[in-house]
Amino acid sequence: MNDRSNVSLRGVEVAYGPIRVLDRLDLEVEQSEFLVLLGPSGCGKSTLLNAIAGLTEVDDGEIWIGDRNVTWLEPKDRGIAMVFQSYALYPRMNVRGNMSFGLKVARMPRADIERRVRTAAEILQITDLLDRRPAQLSGGQRQRVAIGRALVRDAGVFLFDEPLSNLDAQLRAELRVEIKRLHQRLGATMIYVTHDQIEALTLADRIAVMKDRKFQQIGTPQEVYLRPVNRFVATFVGSPAMNFLPGQIVVGSDGPAFHSPALNFSLATYPFASTPTDATQVELGIRPEHVVLAPDSANAREVCVEMTEPMGSDLLAWTRLGELPLSIRLPAETKLAPGERLPILLPEHRLSLFDAANGARL
Amino acid sequence: MSAGNIVPRGRRPKRLTPERVGLHAFLIICALFFLTPLYVMLVTSLKGMPEIRQGHLLALPSAPGLAAWGKAWFAACTGLSCNGIRVGFVNSLRILIPSVIVSIAIGAVTGYALSFWRSRGAVLLFGILIAVAFIPYQVFIYPLVRIFSHLGINNSVPGIVVIHTIFGLPTMTLIFRNHFAGLPEELFKAARVDGAGFWRIFGAIMLPMALPIIVVAVILQVTGIWNDFIFGLVFAGRENLPMTVQLNNIVNSTQGEREYNVEMAATLLTATVPLVVYFVSGRWFVRGIAAGGVKG
Amino acid sequence: MRIGSRLPAHLALAPAVLIALVAYCGAMGWTIWMSFTNSRMLPSSVFVGLRQYSSLIANERWQVSVSNIAIFGCLFIIATLVVGFVLAALIDQRVRGENLLRSVFLYPFSMSFIVTGLAWRWMLDPTFGIEKVGRDLGLSAFHFDWLVRPERVIYTLVIAAVWHASGLVMAIMLAGLRGVDPEIWKATRVDGIPSWRVYAFIIVPLLRGSFATAVVLLATSVMRLYDLSVAMTNGGPGIASEVPAKFVMDHLFDRGNVGLAAAAATTMLITVVAVVAPLLYWQHSRPGARQIA
Repeated sequence: MNDRSNVSLRGVEVAYGPIRVLDRLDLEVEQSEFLVLLGPSGCGKSTLLNAIAGLTEVDDGEIWIGDRNVTWLEPKDRGIAMVFQSYALYPRMNVRGNMSFGLKVARMPRADIERRVRTAAEILQITDLLDRRPAQLSGGQRQRVAIGRALVRDAGVFLFDEPLSNLDAQLRAELRVEIKRLHQRLGATMIYVTHDQIEALTLADRIAVMKDRKFQQIGTPQEVYLRPVNRFVATFVGSPAMNFLPGQIVVGSDGPAFHSPALNFSLATYPFASTPTDATQVELGIRPEHVVLAPDSANAREVCVEMTEPMGSDLLAWTRLGELPLSIRLPAETKLAPGERLPILLPEHRLSLFDAANGARL
Repeated sequence: MSAGNIVPRGRRPKRLTPERVGLHAFLIICALFFLTPLYVMLVTSLKGMPEIRQGHLLALPSAPGLAAWGKAWFAACTGLSCNGIRVGFVNSLRILIPSVIVSIAIGAVTGYALSFWRSRGAVLLFGILIAVAFIPYQVFIYPLVRIFSHLGINNSVPGIVVIHTIFGLPTMTLIFRNHFAGLPEELFKAARVDGAGFWRIFGAIMLPMALPIIVVAVILQVTGIWNDFIFGLVFAGRENLPMTVQLNNIVNSTQGEREYNVEMAATLLTATVPLVVYFVSGRWFVRGIAAGGVKG
Repeated sequence: MRIGSRLPAHLALAPAVLIALVAYCGAMGWTIWMSFTNSRMLPSSVFVGLRQYSSLIANERWQVSVSNIAIFGCLFIIATLVVGFVLAALIDQRVRGENLLRSVFLYPFSMSFIVTGLAWRWMLDPTFGIEKVGRDLGLSAFHFDWLVRPERVIYTLVIAAVWHASGLVMAIMLAGLRGVDPEIWKATRVDGIPSWRVYAFIIVPLLRGSFATAVVLLATSVMRLYDLSVAMTNGGPGIASEVPAKFVMDHLFDRGNVGLAAAAATTMLITVVAVVAPLLYWQHSRPGARQIA
């Protein structure tokens, strides 16, 4: 069994002519870690994955896998395996042929190839598909075969390029669980690219959020979800999206406080990263699921319900706090009528403050 | 007329308007016009010379016979020798088979390499190939004759095989390149991760996927090479003259009495191979035209 | 530095590069060079400037060739476009037996020019051809001896060539017609526009791309006209049906005047480039144009 390798990117830069697609990136992926590269299209996540794989050449920087500098090595020599969004199965070979092709190229003895293919097929439950051609398989089956093709390589690092994007929601959920199980079973290092934040939150040990060719935040799902480092990360992760209430920081005798026409309260216990300046324009972020109904609290504020959206397991209430829109997630059975007034609390430990000018967390 | 009272019965009446009849009649007449030369050739080849002289082109043969065909195949005179056009048939085959194989092989490899690599040199090469497809052969012929003389392959089968490869390269490269460029890029990526190099990817993955295009290429090349006249005339050499050249010799170099039935039989014999390819290939023939334009 | 070696790709392209350099650029360059020399039977390297070109212009055979190819080119292209388009438009009317009809119109294209030429030579034979058919069927004053009349012989080549190539144009036009939005027909029916108007003013402009493709293909084969003229008339009667390609071939091989032939070939080259290049450029610069090549 190949050793589970860590991956290290140092100052990696990729440019297509004058356009910089990756801008001096540094990344450390631990051994056996499941790292998700999350971001919108065009942020460079696929390019980064291709660079790690050796399918795209870097213009500057180094890539290390394990203790080897693989920056100029061919993909086959890097100890990696890759799963693609469109499965990329060889149409004229059957499943067995697809899975064994790479091993045949590497001149592995036939007995070993057979053994590996059988093992991988059992793990992925595709043993009865081995003699079929890709055209005879469903989308979910094809993706299993694609994963199987990667499995047989016994690589130290697995690379996934949006593998579930072509599947419908139900299949996506099924295969997501399979991939997680696979990771637990193999303990291999996995780098997974997606634009779906649900996949990121459920699969990752750590998430690297990317935008505009740079990393915005690298942290555990908890960190990224509860302590987003800027407004972009706060918006991108979590659905339904975070609420943003504009206002101002006023530093007075009692310490810093949040001031806005509809909402004023003290920020004395808020963990500021650095001392806040008076009169900074800010946005207060709170997730819909963190807004608390508090009918008995004296500190409760009132919101006016405008409209409700039943979402199956929950109810999304669109309300107004004064002039400001606020969405609140409530249990599905809650009975609400438009125009009703609700008492709510914004728990301080769930708040995020962002500089209105540059979106950075305060 | 209220729709509720009328109950439709039976099949919907066919719209047999005068327009439709006229349309079909016109097309049938056009079709007959297009078929006439074939008909005339056939009918003439089955007649005896006296009947040809007395009757007219369109008349059916009174006593159809294959004598003219036999003479054309075995004994027609092509210049100095009178061994029939079967000599030309054999020569055409000897030229056709290697030419088709070599021109398609090189075209496929070139098309693949150009789709895989998009450097500036590749674009320039492709541009030159396309440009050449439009230029009349006369611009290239004489220097090629001199070069082939120096190389010792003028007037030989290898020589004309090279010529067909040279002039088939633009079309062949075009259709293969377009085909490979249309394949999903992730297929290449997966193969590279699997460790396959340039040739392995070509042989194990790309070629098996290219079967439809290979069929199209074969149709184009078989038709074009079999029908070729000018290259056969210049480069094949007297012992290897293809059927088209022999045919022209039979008809245009006869002294004395002309045997029109033999000439027509020889013409039909020469037309047989491409016609068979045409009717057998059906839709693929049209696909071939659409894919790569025209040869001659 | 780079990942992997470029060598296999370069090796794979080597034959094409060799061909492009030697057979295409080299041969073409040599021909152009020879047009400026006094080569006769064999190439010579004596530079004589434009003397071959002035001989060419004064050469009666060449003058006839040029006028012939111009007449042939215009008539052939226009006639083939019209016939091909009309056939395609008619077949597109959802006629029965469409496949059969298409096969019949396209089969001439699969035949060699030699075969085509010989077939039509026989059909138009002054003694035994359609003139005799007409006479035998009762039209005693029917004449059709164009094949031996110097001022008419070029038209016989046109007839044979149109028969050969109409199917090709029909196929191209059919593909184009099938790409026309069927909603247009409904709209014109609602507006009550007569069919011929729809075709002339709406459909034909929509098919600009197909027409351009057809013209490019036809124009290319116009300058290539050789086999057909050899088979049908061999330049005759006299030099009445000489064409440029035949002029070049005759002077290269039979008449031993390589310099003059090279000048003729270069002139042909320039003409083709001047006609085809703008068409191709226009075709490629149309956004979203459907092209054949």
